[in-house]
Amino acid sequence: MRKYLIIFLTITAAHTVVGQDNISPAKLYTGLTFIKNGTVHVGNGEVLQNTSIEIRNGKIEKIGQDLPIPSGEVRVYDATGKQVYPGLILANTNIGLREIANQVKGSDDYNELGDLNPNVQSIVAYNADSKIINTLRSNGILFANVVPQGSLIAGSSSVVQFDAWNWEDAVYKEDNGIHFYMPSLLARPRRFRFGGASNSDPLKEGLEKIETVKSFFAQAKAYNAATVKPTTTNLKFEAVKGLFNKTERLFIHCDIVKEMLIAIDFAKQFDMDVTIVGGSECWQMADLLRQNNISVILQEQHSLPTSDDDDVDQPYKTPAALQNAGVLFALTDENGETTGRNLMFNAGTAAAYGLTKEQALQAITLNAAKILGIADKSGSIEVGKDANIIVSEGDILDMRTSIVTKAFIQGRDIDLNDKHKELFEKYKARYGLK
Amino acid sequence: MRKLKTLWLFFVCSGISFTALSQETNPVNGVADYRTHSYAFTNASIVKDAQTTLQNATLIIKEGKIVAVGNQINIPADAIVIDCKGKTIYPSFIDINSDYGIPTPERQPRTAFSFFGPSQLTSNTKGAYGWNQAIKPEVNAADLFVVDEAKAKSLRDIGFGAVLTSQKDGIARGTGALVSLSNNKENLDIIKEKAAATYSFSKGSSTQSYPSSVMGVIALLRQTFLDAQWYKNLPPGQNGQPGEGTNLSLEAWNNNLALPQIFEANDKWGDLRADRIGDEFGIQFIIKAGGNEYERMADMIATKANFILPLNFPQAMDVEDPNDARFVSLADLKNWEMAPTNLAAFEKAKINFCITSSDLRDSKEFWTNLRKAMDYGLSETKALEALTKAPATLLNVYNQIGSIEAGKIANFFITDGNVFSDKTRILQNWVQGEKYDVKENGFMNTSGIYSLVINEPVGAKTYTLEIKSNNTATLTGKDTLNAKFRTDGKLVSLSFSSLEKMHRKNVSPTDSSQAAKDDKGRVAMQGANRGRGASDGPATRLSGINNGNLMQGTGEDMAGNQVTWVATFVKAIDVGTDSVKKKNAPAIGKLTYPNEAYGFEEMPKPETILIKNATVWTNEKEGIVANTDVLVKDGKIAAIGKNLSAQGARVIDGTGKNLTPGIVDEHSHIATSSINEGGQSVTSEVRIGDNLNPDDINIYRQLSGGVTTSHILHGSANTIGGQTQLIKLRWGADDNDLKFKGADPFIKFALGENVKRTTSIINNRFPNTRMGVEQVQVDAFTRARDYEKALKGPNGKFVRRDLELDALVEIMNHKRFITCHSYKASEILETMKVAEQFGFTLNTFTHVLEGYKVADKLKAHGANASTFSDWWAYKMEVQDAIPTNATIMHNVGLNVAINSDDAEMARRLNQEAAKSVKYGGMSEIEAFKMVTINPAKMLHVDNRIGSIKVGKDADLVLWSDNPLSIYAKAEKTIVDGTIYYDMERDMQMRQQIKKERNRIIQKMLDEKKSGASVMGAMPSFKVMNVCEEHVHNHGLLVLDTEDNDGQ
Repeated sequence: MRKYLIIFLTITAAHTVVGQDNISPAKLYTGLTFIKNGTVHVGNGEVLQNTSIEIRNGKIEKIGQDLPIPSGEVRVYDATGKQVYPGLILANTNIGLREIANQVKGSDDYNELGDLNPNVQSIVAYNADSKIINTLRSNGILFANVVPQGSLIAGSSSVVQFDAWNWEDAVYKEDNGIHFYMPSLLARPRRFRFGGASNSDPLKEGLEKIETVKSFFAQAKAYNAATVKPTTTNLKFEAVKGLFNKTERLFIHCDIVKEMLIAIDFAKQFDMDVTIVGGSECWQMADLLRQNNISVILQEQHSLPTSDDDDVDQPYKTPAALQNAGVLFALTDENGETTGRNLMFNAGTAAAYGLTKEQALQAITLNAAKILGIADKSGSIEVGKDANIIVSEGDILDMRTSIVTKAFIQGRDIDLNDKHKELFEKYKARYGLK
Repeated sequence: MRKLKTLWLFFVCSGISFTALSQETNPVNGVADYRTHSYAFTNASIVKDAQTTLQNATLIIKEGKIVAVGNQINIPADAIVIDCKGKTIYPSFIDINSDYGIPTPERQPRTAFSFFGPSQLTSNTKGAYGWNQAIKPEVNAADLFVVDEAKAKSLRDIGFGAVLTSQKDGIARGTGALVSLSNNKENLDIIKEKAAATYSFSKGSSTQSYPSSVMGVIALLRQTFLDAQWYKNLPPGQNGQPGEGTNLSLEAWNNNLALPQIFEANDKWGDLRADRIGDEFGIQFIIKAGGNEYERMADMIATKANFILPLNFPQAMDVEDPNDARFVSLADLKNWEMAPTNLAAFEKAKINFCITSSDLRDSKEFWTNLRKAMDYGLSETKALEALTKAPATLLNVYNQIGSIEAGKIANFFITDGNVFSDKTRILQNWVQGEKYDVKENGFMNTSGIYSLVINEPVGAKTYTLEIKSNNTATLTGKDTLNAKFRTDGKLVSLSFSSLEKMHRKNVSPTDSSQAAKDDKGRVAMQGANRGRGASDGPATRLSGINNGNLMQGTGEDMAGNQVTWVATFVKAIDVGTDSVKKKNAPAIGKLTYPNEAYGFEEMPKPETILIKNATVWTNEKEGIVANTDVLVKDGKIAAIGKNLSAQGARVIDGTGKNLTPGIVDEHSHIATSSINEGGQSVTSEVRIGDNLNPDDINIYRQLSGGVTTSHILHGSANTIGGQTQLIKLRWGADDNDLKFKGADPFIKFALGENVKRTTSIINNRFPNTRMGVEQVQVDAFTRARDYEKALKGPNGKFVRRDLELDALVEIMNHKRFITCHSYKASEILETMKVAEQFGFTLNTFTHVLEGYKVADKLKAHGANASTFSDWWAYKMEVQDAIPTNATIMHNVGLNVAINSDDAEMARRLNQEAAKSVKYGGMSEIEAFKMVTINPAKMLHVDNRIGSIKVGKDADLVLWSDNPLSIYAKAEKTIVDGTIYYDMERDMQMRQQIKKERNRIIQKMLDEKKSGASVMGAMPSFKVMNVCEEHVHNHGLLVLDTEDNDGQ
């Protein structure tokens, strides 16, 4: 056992001195992995003290206190005094589609032309070699829902795992849903109306656009329900088939109450599974969302309140409003300057403002997995699920202690090095710093 | 010749002494028809001015002038006598903020500097004018003035007789002309060709890129004042010196200075800004206000200015739908409720003011709103004065206009009562001695009781006709009568049928006399809206003319017989006294500072505060000390120790809590009206401090995150940006009181992608590369060096004072310090090299995300570094940014700060500091210093703030937890010993906000119910000024500067 441990440590050390392009996906490993004696945060609200986890063939085989270290080829990781969590999930991101913001157009692949693009798939453009990915992994984020942007229906998202050579390798759940960006239904004073005619009415235009989407779904539903296949294939209609048989869900990106009420209307009218993405105003209608079985991916708790009059901490405590109403929700982090790396701190803020730490954790693990359609194999540390596990020196939700020292994706022990750590080492060496 | 003689004879014969013959250059096509327009208005109430009213008085006018006014006046023989019994004559109003008759060039939207579009760096104005398209002192309204009868009528109808009109376009708008609202040839309308010079903060139609910000406008005004002085003082022969030549704009500028100076500031803070510019150059502007001044009356008094106040009170919104009402801020709700108090507030503050109608959406709102202002406390006297004497006096024309006095221009209007009563109508408005009807023939008041005799074939029938107004009358007779009456004062029509027809279907027309028995025989019909006599059965229809006390005419009776009729005046109707009912001022909410959510009804004051038994992060050599007391007195830290006590102190239990110095944000963009002056690559003349906005809610929000001091930087649009402003977050204070007094002045520089305008599709503003950036720096400092030498040279007094170069000279003399936006190692080294070449040090590199690559060089240069914790990948130049940048720079020995550059993140700077613990393994004490004492040091205020030490400013935060923890919340934030944020008080305020919102919303609903016109609920959008680094948004109601169209 010790032999294997030594081998593994050597490999990790070697990575610290080479360039980022040499940070590779984990090597195939057929043996067992044993995470010993950690504080295990299951992801479903439970915390298991002094608990060990046995991993076989990438799956969690055993969880328990006083588990013996199995015999045979086994890597043992001593997590005594450490915090063990499920791999974190970034529920809505354009990672892999957008490398450099601010109009470095060549690095952008997230926004296609056209209003009705359900047939567009984010996954085929996903760059598994994005330099951003490793900076998320090293913070414990191991999965992402890669989402296309656009006007109205932008396409389908897919869940990727962050230990991959290419996108085919990365796919964890392909086409889990279709993304609809609802036009804003917020009235705008004339001086702030740009892009439209000066006498345009954004509200009216927004409602008209929503009607075109409804009309599209109505026709698509009929098309897909037809027993005889139409002679002319409509790729757009075919692309939304999963919405009607509920193998996919409709992600509706919207924020204000009226928009969210329309989102509920979509769910009712077409009998679809609907998730609201954004939802900054959802605290006003949390119970309605629960009653209508609408889940929410809440974006960026680290944002300003909508109105000057709002409680100054409103965004911070919105997750608690959803939790209290029993809404299934996940937190995400789309901050463009930090590219999602602060996901766990958004959850930490939610924990400071009304959630328990385990509820906050669940919002970036198991809840996200449920909404994204991967809860059967990820999102929590439970027997039978993929071994998507991270180990932190302390509370992962608090920057004082959030230091990830180990991460496994499907049992693979992944390299936690990244470009930033490499540059850190490089310049520490330059200045002779420790 | 014969014509002239005739005229002359006419004058001689008229018996009035005339010294001059009336002549004009315009040839007459036909026979001359000169008239003196000599009138005598008798038996009138004459309001000579706001103080003096004459009863039963006479007014004589002739040739457009007032000849005499008084009680014992002989009526000249040539005068047409107009009996004004029951009428009141007022001096016509004067509006000195008009653009009547002046074409206004279309405002160009989005011509402000944009990161995306091309720049227009020079003026499009052709000719020997100044360099900036928005400075147009050479424009004279008199040159552009053309009578616009439709507009004139709309103004006359509400009582105006003359206006100061100017072209409302640009920052310096040239001269305004005082013109009458007559329909004469323009030549005769101009009362004073150049009556005032006018200014504003708006560029108007200028398409030139500079200035693109409020502070840029202020800087441009300031510089133009200096330029004009310089131009004027050039010695003879220097006028044509190389460089300037003849500058018609500056010439006009100088000439205009002798005139009254009017500044259209349009907002409470704008008013103060305008006044301060005036103060710098010895000019007292007359300030055109915005309507929200009531919020800051003490500041208004301090300006000592005369004001022009608008009446465009906000319209009520339709707040029926709570989801729409949600986005209307309390600030907007409160302003709707309180704006009508603005004029009364000025009166109460004893500030002289005029009233303008110019901002009204519809001139018809003038009287509604003026009366509303009076309901809220504006007195009649003051209102009248503000519309007559005050404007005339400000323009130095009170000897000509503004009251009814002999010798003045005959501008007056006639009403049927007290003009401030809502029943009163203006009947005629006389402008320059000529009559303009307001109510057509409204002057012909027919009201009274008449005896009506109708000569029907069967014989005469007599009725009593009580005429209440020109379209309301009651007819009483033997018959039951349903009357419809209408007159224009001259022609009369009257029809009536039996009221009984409405009740008894089967009564034949001839039975109408029987039906009369069943009724009292009195019916009043209100004009056209009800008097459908014909539908009620056969009607008698009369038509005739009013000959004064007699009306007569013809008609047809119910049976169709032709009749004649005569109505003879019997007596007047007893109309109640027509005074304005003094209503009790409507109840309104409390003014707060600022007047919005979380504002204080009373500003919090410094207290003696004893914080007991806290864990104190001193940032001094003592480090973190447990179980310690801190005493705050007179705004300072008075004592630190164990078991302290103090008489009368507010004691706060700090057990289990952490007390730290207030957070200092080295890089912030809150609390301003504009942040980027991107119109040029060098704008060292602009000053953030010129355009602070104390109403920014982010001040309060950041207090809730423990921030007490913020360095407000110019944006990063250009290589040499504007002068910065250090502020303390004294929520509720005015703009000047936000300033951190006595701090060293700083300036913002910027490098890299933003200044070379990488995001612009077509950049035409130099520089386009980092190579060019270096040359902009070298060139600027070279010019500044030459300038300084010239200033000190023998001809120094003729050197043009250049505010842009002054700031750079200050830098070279170590009197002003630089905070330089930077990313790449290359540009950091380059800029330090330029600085060294010119003998100064770059004080701070901000962002400095590749600082870790050149930390040793930064240290050798002596620069400080202020950086982000973990931002990267949002643009090309930050691809190598790392979250351990701060740690490396710190470990190399630099003074390092973590800044926000972001209104949201500023609320969590403690957490941002903690990220260096996570990523770089920095100690907690050192990490926390990066948001307190370290930025204080780099801002040269570490003698005042940044640590907990006796004698320093009491800027403190009491945290619920270790301040580096994500779970820590600021419970109290203290600035200068004053508790500006208190978590408990915050909870109460939240409740108050909800209550106050609901109260005003209910009131608005009532307004809608009462039938008032309401506008759709308009979300209270905000423009957030950002440095242009942001890829995330700040919420649904926040637009970044790029979405805004400039001003």
